[in-house]
Amino acid sequence: MRWWTREFATRPESEWRRAIRRLWRSRLAVFGVAITGLLVLIAAFAPWIAPYSPTKISLPERLLPPSRQHPFGTDDAGRDILSRVIYGSRVTLRICTLVVGLTLVIGTLLGLISGYLGGWMDELVMRVSDVFLAFPALILAMAIAAALGPSLENAIVAMVAIWWPRYARVTRGQVLAIREIDYVAAAQAAGASQLRIMLRHILPNCISPVVVQATLDLGEVVLTAATLSFIGFGAQPPTPEWGAMVSVGRNYLRNYWWYTTFPGLAILITVMGFNLLGDAVRDILDPRLRRGP
Amino acid sequence: MVPTLLGVVLITFLISHIVPGDAAQLIAGPRATPEIIQRIRQEYGLDKPLHIQFAIYLGQVLRGDLGKSIRTRRPVGADIRAFFPATFELTTTAMLLAVLFGIPLGIISAVYRDRLPDHLSRVFSVIGVSMPIFWLGLLLLFLFYIRLGILPGPGRISGDPPAHITGLYLLDSLLTGSWRALGDAALHLILPSFTLAFAVLARITRMTRSSMLEALAQDYVRTARSKGLMERWVVVRHALRNALIPTLTVIGLSYGELLGGAVATELIFAWPGMTHYVVGSMTSLDFPAVMGVTLVIAIIYITVNLLVDLSYALVDPRIRY
Repeated sequence: MRWWTREFATRPESEWRRAIRRLWRSRLAVFGVAITGLLVLIAAFAPWIAPYSPTKISLPERLLPPSRQHPFGTDDAGRDILSRVIYGSRVTLRICTLVVGLTLVIGTLLGLISGYLGGWMDELVMRVSDVFLAFPALILAMAIAAALGPSLENAIVAMVAIWWPRYARVTRGQVLAIREIDYVAAAQAAGASQLRIMLRHILPNCISPVVVQATLDLGEVVLTAATLSFIGFGAQPPTPEWGAMVSVGRNYLRNYWWYTTFPGLAILITVMGFNLLGDAVRDILDPRLRRGP
Repeated sequence: MVPTLLGVVLITFLISHIVPGDAAQLIAGPRATPEIIQRIRQEYGLDKPLHIQFAIYLGQVLRGDLGKSIRTRRPVGADIRAFFPATFELTTTAMLLAVLFGIPLGIISAVYRDRLPDHLSRVFSVIGVSMPIFWLGLLLLFLFYIRLGILPGPGRISGDPPAHITGLYLLDSLLTGSWRALGDAALHLILPSFTLAFAVLARITRMTRSSMLEALAQDYVRTARSKGLMERWVVVRHALRNALIPTLTVIGLSYGELLGGAVATELIFAWPGMTHYVVGSMTSLDFPAVMGVTLVIAIIYITVNLLVDLSYALVDPRIRY
C-alpha cells in the first residue's frame, strides 16, 4: 500500500472516532441521544410495553385519575392514557420519517439539479422556493391540509410541501461551491455524463449539511405535526396521536388535568431529545456552523 | 419582491382550488337544487377556466378587493379589518416580551459563560424551543386561571370593550381614558402573550448568547478593556452593538413563527383574532376568506422581514442601502 492510500484509508475512521468522543463529552448531546434511543425502543416494542390496548373503550373507567392501574389516568372513553402515549410514539416516528425522508429526497434532488444545471431551471426552482418561504410555515401547512381534507396523510403531504425549499437551498449552495472544484472539471473532461457527475461526484460531497439540516428539523416536524393535529387538521381522534389527544383533553381541562398533561409532556420530551440530537450532529458533521448551546 | 408577491397570490389561489369535490356544491350545502348550484357557480366565477379565474382574482386583489366570505357573508377585507387588531396586539406584545427578556438573558448567559446563570439560561432555551405552544397555553390557563384564579381566562376583556378607535384595546382605552378597561385588557393579555412569546424568547436568547460570545472574543473588546473602560460599557457599547445583527435576523424570522403560534394561542384563549377567524374559514372551506387571510399574513411576514433588513443599517453604520 502506497503512503497516500494508507493515509486516505485511515482518515475517516479516526475522524469518526473523534466525533464520537466529542459527542460523549457533551452531556446535553448524550441526553439527546438517550431520549431519541428510548423513543425508538418504545415505538418498536409498544405492543409489549403498553399495559392496555390504545383504542379499547371502557365507559365505566372513563376519566379516572392517575393510579397504580392507570399511571397516566384514563380518557373520556375509558382508554388508558399511558398506553395511548406509548402507541403515540409510533405515529410520531412515522410522521418524522415520512416528512423528513420525502423532503430530503425531493429538496436535495431539486437543489442538485438547480445548482448544477443553472440557467432557467435554477431560476425557476429558486423563485418557487422563495414563494414558499414567504409564508409562515404553519399557516401554509394548515391551508394545504384543510383544503385536502383533515387527515394525518394530508398533513404529511402539507408538511412536505412547505419543507422542501430548505433542503433545495442548502444543497444548491453546496453544489455551487463543489461545481468549481477541479475534480468535477476532470470528470467532465473524461467524458462523464451530467447525471453521473451529479450523482457520483457532487451529491456525496454535499450530503453532510443536508443531514445536519434534517436532524435539526426533526423536532420542528414533531411540533408542527402535533400543532396541526391539535387544531384539527392532522391526525383525527381516536388515533393515538399526542397533539390530537391534547386537543380532545382540552375540553376536560377544568377537572381532569391528566388528560392534556401527559401527551403534551411526551411531545416536549421528544422534541427536546431531537433538538439536542440535532445540535450534536451539527457539531460533529459541520463544526463551522457551531452556535448556541 | 414583486415576483414573490405574485407567486404568493398564485399559491393561495391554487390551494383554494385543490379542494376535492365541487366547490359550488360545498357552498350551496347538501340539499341545494342543481339550479342553485349552477347560480352559485356563476356568482363565484367557478364555471370559468382556472387561468381566467386566476386573472379575475388577481385583478380584484390589485384593486384591494379580497372577495366575499361564504361563512360570514361579508367582504373578506372588512372581516380582516375587524379581526386584525386583536392579532396585532397579541403578537406585538409577545414580540416585545421576547425581546425585552431574550436579549438581556442572552447577554447574561454569554458574560457568565459556563457558570450557573449560563447553564440555567441554556436549559431554559432548550426547553423553550421544544415547547408545544398549545400545551404551554393550556398549562398556564389551568394553573393561573382555573386553579389559582389570579388571572382572567379566555377572551380579550371581561366587560365592555373601550370605544373603537384603532381596535387595539390597550391603545383605545388609553386614548379614551377608561382606566378600568385598560387594566382589564392588560390582565387578559398576560397569559396569551407570554405563551406566544415563550418559543421566540428562547430563540432570541440563544442567538444573542452565541453572537455575544463571538463579539466578546474580538480584538476590539480587548482594546476597549485595556483602555480601562467599565466592563458594563464594554459589554453594551462594544460587544452588544456588533452582536445585534444576527439577533435582528432571528427576530424577523421569528415573526412568522409568532403568526403561526398565534393560531393555537388564539384558539386556546378564545382570542378573536385573524388566525382564529382563518381556522374557522378553513374548517368550513370558506376559500375566499382563506385566500384573503393567508395572503395578508404572507404580506405582513414579507414586510416585517424587509423592515428587519432595513434596520441593519441603523445598527451597523457600515451597511448602507
